[in-house]
Amino acid sequence: MSGQFSAENIGHGTPGHAPRPATDQQPSHFAFDETSEAEIATILARYPEGRQSSGVIPLLYVVHNQMKRDTGSAWLPRVAMDTVAKRLSMPPIRVYEVATFYLMFNTKPVGRHHLQVCTTTPCWLRGSDDIVAACKAEAGLRAFEETSADGLFTMTEVECLGACANAPILQVNEDYYEDLDFERTRSLIAALRRGETPERGPTIDRYNSAPVGGRTTLLEEVGTRHADGQPGTLPDVV
Amino acid sequence: MARVTVDGIIVEVANGSNVLQACEAAGKEIPRFCYHERLSIAGNCRMCLVEIEKAPKPVASCGYPVADGMVVRTDTEMVRRARRAVMEFLLINHPLDCPICDQGGECDLQDLAYSYGSDHSRYAENKRAVQDKYLGPLVKTVMTRCILCTRCVRFASEVAGVPEVGATSRGENMEIGTYVEKALTSELSGNLIDICPVGALTSKPYAFVARPWELNKTDSIDATDAVGTNIRVHARGGEVLRILPRTNDAVNEEWMADKGRFSFDGFKRRRLDRPWVRVGGKLRAASWQDAFVAIGRRLEGVRGERIGAVVGDLCDAESMMALKDLMTALGSPNLDCRQDGAQYDVSRREFYGFNTTIAGIEEADALLLVGCNPRREAPVINARIRKRWLAGGFPVGVIAASGPDLTYDVESLGDRPAVLTGLLDGGVGFAETLRAAKRPMIVVGGAALAREDGAAVLAAAWALAKEVGALTPEWHGFNVLHHAASRMAALDLGMLPGEGGRSVAGMMSGGVDVLWLLGADEIGPGRIGPDTFVVYQGHHGDAGAARADVILPGATYVEKSGTYVNTEGRVQIAFQAIFPPGEAREDWRILRAFSEVIGHTLPYDDIETLRRRMVEVNPVFSRQGLPRFGAGELAGPAGDAGAVGSAPFSQAIHDYYQTNVISRASVTMSECSRIYSHPVLQAAE
Repeated sequence: MSGQFSAENIGHGTPGHAPRPATDQQPSHFAFDETSEAEIATILARYPEGRQSSGVIPLLYVVHNQMKRDTGSAWLPRVAMDTVAKRLSMPPIRVYEVATFYLMFNTKPVGRHHLQVCTTTPCWLRGSDDIVAACKAEAGLRAFEETSADGLFTMTEVECLGACANAPILQVNEDYYEDLDFERTRSLIAALRRGETPERGPTIDRYNSAPVGGRTTLLEEVGTRHADGQPGTLPDVV
Repeated sequence: MARVTVDGIIVEVANGSNVLQACEAAGKEIPRFCYHERLSIAGNCRMCLVEIEKAPKPVASCGYPVADGMVVRTDTEMVRRARRAVMEFLLINHPLDCPICDQGGECDLQDLAYSYGSDHSRYAENKRAVQDKYLGPLVKTVMTRCILCTRCVRFASEVAGVPEVGATSRGENMEIGTYVEKALTSELSGNLIDICPVGALTSKPYAFVARPWELNKTDSIDATDAVGTNIRVHARGGEVLRILPRTNDAVNEEWMADKGRFSFDGFKRRRLDRPWVRVGGKLRAASWQDAFVAIGRRLEGVRGERIGAVVGDLCDAESMMALKDLMTALGSPNLDCRQDGAQYDVSRREFYGFNTTIAGIEEADALLLVGCNPRREAPVINARIRKRWLAGGFPVGVIAASGPDLTYDVESLGDRPAVLTGLLDGGVGFAETLRAAKRPMIVVGGAALAREDGAAVLAAAWALAKEVGALTPEWHGFNVLHHAASRMAALDLGMLPGEGGRSVAGMMSGGVDVLWLLGADEIGPGRIGPDTFVVYQGHHGDAGAARADVILPGATYVEKSGTYVNTEGRVQIAFQAIFPPGEAREDWRILRAFSEVIGHTLPYDDIETLRRRMVEVNPVFSRQGLPRFGAGELAGPAGDAGAVGSAPFSQAIHDYYQTNVISRASVTMSECSRIYSHPVLQAAE
């Protein structure tokens, strides 16, 4: 594409996070419920008096969670951001700035299952293109930033999720599903569609980020040598 | 003090200064986009890179504090290469639309690209494009040109006190805007245009109008409020195309209020460009000769005490002096400048001036506003109060009708003058705050004086100032804030009823037979008696001209050389930028010419002689600058401090954008008024 000019690309920057609020789906009001209020009390107690605005990020997560409980979609309506601003005595624009800066906050409604595919280099080398294809195929999506017709799935492209050892990664809401391939992604999404919650973590036989197929180093336990000086053995790791 | 060597030049700068300031002290110009002397430091444009000895890489000088013995180099190969690289990055996404950009010719990016730009681009990818934002009727945005220096964000939240602009999203998608579309609610929004280093924020009324090198620039004084903002009028031919502020740290720093900046299209509309005489109930165009003769005939046989004169809010001191001398020659004591009916004691100048001075606000440590809304009455002074408030330790108490947010935290003490009495006898807690302060300030606004018990309020405010220690030989904390540009000069010249003379109210309803209105439109001309013969001398066909029997076309403040005294008492001279339209003339010349027709020739043929006459009447007119002074005599103004009434204070200005004939004739100001002052009407549309 470099250097190519066509009617489509002149006058458009890179596609991405649109900083304008979605105007059509905005609710007209928002108020924290009891659960949220309890969380807020805990959060704000962490900050010294007069520095409450430091709690803006946790409070936006509180909004996310409440929206998830109420509507099944974890996102930040504008009225909710205004409510947070008011609660923290800060200008609304300062909240908008934070909410739009962090891609983890959704300023538009998302599906019940927010499929966040990492396409940064390590994941891409390990086949994130397949994950994207699987999401499209199984969830019925055509592109990033799209929500499926049944409202269950939204797929977004995210930058490095910091779990490169388990690449490729798909983050569904707050859970990481790791070491995926096309088929396992399809079955994961199918399970989500059935209302199941598959166990998070590696989808292959692997303990967290430990080497595939078992440990290759530190096979002997330091300090538990036998009396004759021979190295001892480690108990099996669960 | 830190001793810093800049390119071999040794300079001493205050500790806590940054390297950029040290370089400036050494006379080295450092290119910059995001750094601005009056805003906080962001350090995000990276254009001000310099080389500092022992630092391994180029340093952004704006955000780097000086240290003793520091050696700075501003013109090495490393610095030049670094700045060229920064410029290349800035230009990656900057459109090449200088030929159609209003900033062209006065653009920091354009200017610096001459020094650090390249003749070609290495960037073949698509440039980013950003949707334009709506910021109200005054500021035009072309956001693709934005280089994200965030000066506007910092100006809005720091100086203007309306944190409504921000940088949303991030990385390549970062955009400046309000996120939720809305007009900026600031009376200082025009300054965004000045501080924007590129063409992202430009003036809507000035869009595609002129290039800076085509304009004739004339130094002048803003007459739309009483701050005395130093301005520069940019005109081409006979037309004012824009007005920009001039830097004067003692008055307006480098800011300017929107009304002064944008009401200039009112200079061209509804103008009186020829004399008119009412014949048989209808105004007919006439020659100067006929108009003068008509007034002269009417004045025949009228005794002095049946003649009156009222001066308006935009008048220069020269025309008021000429009018006063004319009235004296006619034997009339009926003279007044107080269109709003305010009550003053002019026996001492400190009773009606802003004695702390505007710059002095920064030294105050407590403030009480009485019947005063500086945001509407003097937005630039309000910005100075906010600047002081941001520095911390500045409690502000307000006794006034509820109005717009003042942009700083205030303690609302009520809206009745009785609160003053409460402060005096200690019944109101804020009195303790004022007493504890070393340099408290009390500001009395127009709304506090333009009422029946105005004199009592003034006396009570003075008594309170004396009580809390605001009047000492080193500190004068008693202030009157005017909102009419002419008021201070008028009071200095004694444009008040003489012995046995009538005030504005007394001249209404047939109190005089002949009434001379010098640009006085705010007196409610409907109150003038039906048999009163009204001469309206002014520049706009507004309320006064509609009631007039003879209209003498005068000049606006940009069309004449005139002296203005701001609310502090600072005497400033405005120069003539353009000529008055048609047959309109400078006002003092009209009065001088008329005086000859009726045989009372005024003794000045040129403006220098007239100015000498003003100095004769009041020596302050010969004074340049404004020395700070403390309070000498403590005796208060006339008026019984105990006689304050119980009526709540009203607002002196209801619609900031429509306060005088020029702003009422301005299309831009009408639009602002529709959007800002009548938002309900707008919503109903």
